[in-house]
Amino acid sequence: MTSGFVRHRRSKRAIATFSVFEADLLRSLAGQLVELLHNESAVAATERDPLEALLDFSGPTTEPEDPVLRRLFPNAYQGDDEAAGEFRRYTEGALRDGKARAAGTVIDVLEEAGLPPEPTDEDITIDVELEPETALVWMRSFTDLRLALGTRLEVEEGDEEYWYSLPDDDPRAQAHHIYEWLGFLQETLVAAVR
Amino acid sequence: MTTASPEKVDPGVQQDLTPESITLADTPWVTVVWNDPVNLMSYVTFVFQKHFGYGKKKAEKLMMEVHEDGKSVVSSGTREEMERDVQAMHEYGLWATLSKAE
Repeated sequence: MTSGFVRHRRSKRAIATFSVFEADLLRSLAGQLVELLHNESAVAATERDPLEALLDFSGPTTEPEDPVLRRLFPNAYQGDDEAAGEFRRYTEGALRDGKARAAGTVIDVLEEAGLPPEPTDEDITIDVELEPETALVWMRSFTDLRLALGTRLEVEEGDEEYWYSLPDDDPRAQAHHIYEWLGFLQETLVAAVR
Repeated sequence: MTTASPEKVDPGVQQDLTPESITLADTPWVTVVWNDPVNLMSYVTFVFQKHFGYGKKKAEKLMMEVHEDGKSVVSSGTREEMERDVQAMHEYGLWATLSKAE
């Protein structure tokens, strides 16, 4: 289990060591975010593993009602649909591209650090070293992933008791563990960068 | 929410104001960041420091306002400037809107 990010004393970079399973999970989540942002429709949800289905936020994207997209691209004006629409028209494309690029950077860094396309050897570890600029990109992408997962799970403030009360094999509890793990990574990354 | 008008305006004075001078008379826009259950307090503070260049103390104060009051005005200026700030906040994943200053 990774102990998160620390600041490397000499290089000042944010460094972390992931198990191959953790790195593969991050890549998978980032990949789904890229898909969602590129507006690709999800694979038909037939007979899917419930955990897999919960972690899949590349769901329906053509509908602006998709709560994840609504949270990633909120209205900039409240009570002024025209101004909100205009703002959206000229910002949402760039915002989508930026978030997709950030998730792509996470994937690239993991793969450059040695994450194989199909990990088979459980014992390898993935060491990442992030320059300040890249660390910022990872931070933004962790945020997007947490927003997507938190929105799908309908996380609320102070609802920890509820999540801990669920049985361990409940897919929602498992997805929430991953959500909290991303939060832990984010917390250590912010501390390593500042 | 309510706004109190500080003083009564003399109607005679108001009649002298042209539309241009009213516009010049400082009606800035503001960027408001809203609370959400997902973003970490440390991250929100970091974003305020990074994007606005605020010191740690000010960034933490604004973050606590968001956390405790549900929202906080984090910057003010022209409408164009506020649109840029809001877009930047959305890039960082913070929930932000802009509106005319009250």
